[in-house]
Amino acid sequence: MTVSSESAALAKPGQPVLVATRKGLWSEGPGDVSGYGGVERPVFRHLRSGRPLGGWFDEVADRLVCLVPALGGDCFGVDRDELTVYVPRDLLPDVVAQCRDDAWLRFEHCVSVSGVHYPDEPGAELHSLYHLLSITYNRRLRLEVTCPEADPVIPSVVKTYPMADWHERETWDMFGIRFAGHPHLTRILMPDDWQGHPQRKDYPLGGIPIEFKGAQTPPPDERRSYS
Amino acid sequence: MTDMDKAAASGPASLLREAADPQPGDAYADPDGTLAQAAGEAGEAGEASPASAPSPDEQDRLDPVILAVDEAEEAGAGTGDTAEYIASGGDWDDIAAAQQARGDETFVVNMGPQHPSTHGVLRLELELDGETVVQVRPSIGFLHTGIEKNMEFKTFAQGTAFVSRMDYVAPMFNEAVYCLAVEKLLGVKVPERADILRVLVMELNRIASHLVAIGTGGMEIGALTVMTIGFRERETILDFFEALCGTRMNHAYIRPGGVSIDLPENGLAQLRTVIEWLHKHLPEYAGFCNENPIFKGRMCGVARLDLTACMALGASGPPLRATGYSWDLRKAQPYCGYETYDFDAITWDTADAYGRFRIRQSEMWESLKIVEQCYDRLERTAGQPVMVDDPRLCQPGQLTVGPDGQGNSFSHVKKVMGQSMEALIQHFKTVSQGFSVPAGQVYAAVESPKGELGCHLVSDGGSRPYRIHFRDPGFNHLQAVPAMCEGAMMSDVIVAVASLDPVLGGVDR
Repeated sequence: MTVSSESAALAKPGQPVLVATRKGLWSEGPGDVSGYGGVERPVFRHLRSGRPLGGWFDEVADRLVCLVPALGGDCFGVDRDELTVYVPRDLLPDVVAQCRDDAWLRFEHCVSVSGVHYPDEPGAELHSLYHLLSITYNRRLRLEVTCPEADPVIPSVVKTYPMADWHERETWDMFGIRFAGHPHLTRILMPDDWQGHPQRKDYPLGGIPIEFKGAQTPPPDERRSYS
Repeated sequence: MTDMDKAAASGPASLLREAADPQPGDAYADPDGTLAQAAGEAGEAGEASPASAPSPDEQDRLDPVILAVDEAEEAGAGTGDTAEYIASGGDWDDIAAAQQARGDETFVVNMGPQHPSTHGVLRLELELDGETVVQVRPSIGFLHTGIEKNMEFKTFAQGTAFVSRMDYVAPMFNEAVYCLAVEKLLGVKVPERADILRVLVMELNRIASHLVAIGTGGMEIGALTVMTIGFRERETILDFFEALCGTRMNHAYIRPGGVSIDLPENGLAQLRTVIEWLHKHLPEYAGFCNENPIFKGRMCGVARLDLTACMALGASGPPLRATGYSWDLRKAQPYCGYETYDFDAITWDTADAYGRFRIRQSEMWESLKIVEQCYDRLERTAGQPVMVDDPRLCQPGQLTVGPDGQGNSFSHVKKVMGQSMEALIQHFKTVSQGFSVPAGQVYAAVESPKGELGCHLVSDGGSRPYRIHFRDPGFNHLQAVPAMCEGAMMSDVIVAVASLDPVLGGVDR
C-alpha cells in the first residue's frame, strides 16, 4: 500500500501550530474581574518534545525509531504525562505492526480510534488518533496521523488490530476519513444514506429556537459563544 | 431513509451484501475517491436490483407471509445457493413450512431493533440454518444521540449532564471518566473527600449495573426471579443516589473539580442500611443461580471468547477476566485513590457466559467491600470540602439545599448578593460562560462495570470541549458477537449478548 506521490507531499503530520493567544480568565479587557486579566497564554497544537522525554517514554521512542527509522527523531510529544507519536500516514501500517508485535513494545490493544477536525490546518485538516494500550507493560501510547481534507485517506489498522474495525467505521462515519484496506467501511452510527459527516466542524449542529413566553432563545449552536 | 426502511424495501440481501461488496481496499490509490464513496453507500446498491418486484405469477405461488423471494438477485450476486425471505408477521409454522417446501437451507431473521433480549435498540441480523446461526451481524446506531457533537457547544460544567445520559445504567462512570479527563487537562487535584465520594458512588453504581446485567440476563433465559430481585436491590441503591443528589439516574453528580454536593445529613445512616440490605440479599443470587442446572445448562460453555480472541477483539472487563487474565484498571492504572482500597480483581477460568456471570457476582461483593471502606473514610472526613478550592473553577458558594429542600441556602445568597459584587460577577461568569480549560489533549480511562471506558478530550483553551470522544466498552464488545455466536444455536445469541452487557445508550452515544 503506497500513498500516491501527490498526496505523499501533503502527508506529513501536522507540524506544531500556534493557534491563538488567549488572555485573561473570562474575557479580554477590563470586564475580567477575576484578577487573572493580565494572564496571557499562547495556544499551541502538536508540540514536539525534546529528549529526554522522561520515564519509559524514551525507551519506547528509541525502540520505535530503531524499528521504523523513517519516523525520524522529531515525532514525539509529551503532554500531561502522555506520549503522542506523530506518524506520517504512509508509515502507519508499519508502525502499528511493530507496536503490536515487537517484544519491547507489545501494545496489544488499540482501545480507541478518534478523529479530530482542524479546519485551520491546511493540508492536515483531518486527524485520526489511535490510543494503544500495552497490557504487558501497562503503558498507553497515542498515535496521531493526519490527512488533508482533499484526500482524506489513511491506511487502515484493522489488519493489525481487528478491534479497530468498528472504531474506524465510526471515524469514517463522523469525519469522512477513508481507511484504506478496511474490510467494509460503511456507516455505523448514522443511517447508510446520510449525507455529510456530522463531527466535522463545518457541519452544523442544527436545532430549533426555544420559545418562552415573550422571549426566544436561539438554538445552542447560534448562542453567544465565549470561547 | 433509515436502515430499517431500506431493509423493508429491498430485503436483507442488500444489507448482507454490504460486507461482500467490493471494498475500498484499493481506494488508497484512487484519487477521486469514487470507490470509497461507493463503499459508503453500499447499502443502496440493493435497492436498484430487481429484487423487490417479483413477477405476477411468482407472486401467486408465494405464501402470503413471504414477501419477497429473490432468485434473480441470487443469481446476479452469486452469493451461493440460498434465496432470502422477509417474513413480517404470520405464523412461524407457515414460514418454516414454506421454507422447507422450497428446500432452502438458510434464512435471515432480524432480531431487533425492538426486541426484549437485545438490551435496547440493538439489531442483530441472523442468518439461520434451522436453529443454528450461520452468520450474525450486529447493527447499531439506532440510539445515536450526537452527545459528542452536542458537548462541543456546551461548557465543561454542562458536559456532565450530557455524559450521564450515555450509558444510563452506569452513569457515574461516564461522569467520572469525563471529569478525570477535564481535571487532567486542568491539572487540578480534587479533595480527598470528593475522591471518596466518587469511589463510593462508582462502586454502588457498579453493583447496580451488575444487578441489571445479571437480572435482565437471567430474565432473557427464563429466570424471571433473578430480574425481580435484581431490580429490588438496585432500587435501594437508586434511593441512596436520590437522597444524595436528587435523581435516581442521570445524576450529573461528579463535576470537574469534585462532586456536586456532600452527603445529606442522614446520608451515612442511609448508606448503612444499603450496605446491610446488600449483605442480606446478595447471597440470594448465588443460591438461585450458581448451581441451578437449567441456568448452568444455558450459560456453561456458551458464548466462549478465549484469551486470544479477547486480545484480537480488544475485550476488557468481565469478558477478559473470564479468561483468567487479571486486568482491572482499578488495579493496573489506579485513579480516584483506588490503590488505597483493599479489594481483589476477580477472575474466572471458563471464558464463557457462566464465567462472566460469576465474575459479576463476585465483583458485587468486592464493590461492597470498597463501599464499606468508603463508609469508614466518610465518617473520618466529615465536614471536609468536596469541591476543589479554586475560585476559577467552582462557584463561589457551593450549591446547598435550603430548608425548603431546594435551591441555595438563604445565608449564602445573602452573602453573595449583599456583600461582594465581585463574587456575584464571578458566580455569574462561572455559570454562564464556564471556566476555560488549557489547550491540549488527554485520554482518561476508568474500569466501568462493562470494561474500559475511555474519554479522549481535546481542548483549544476555551470554555467548551473542542472535541470529545468516548470509548464505550459495549461498542467495542459488540464486535465480538459474531465470534461468540456463529455456529451456535439461536438461543445462545441472547445469552452471548447478555453476557457482554452492552447498553445501547453508551454504544451509540
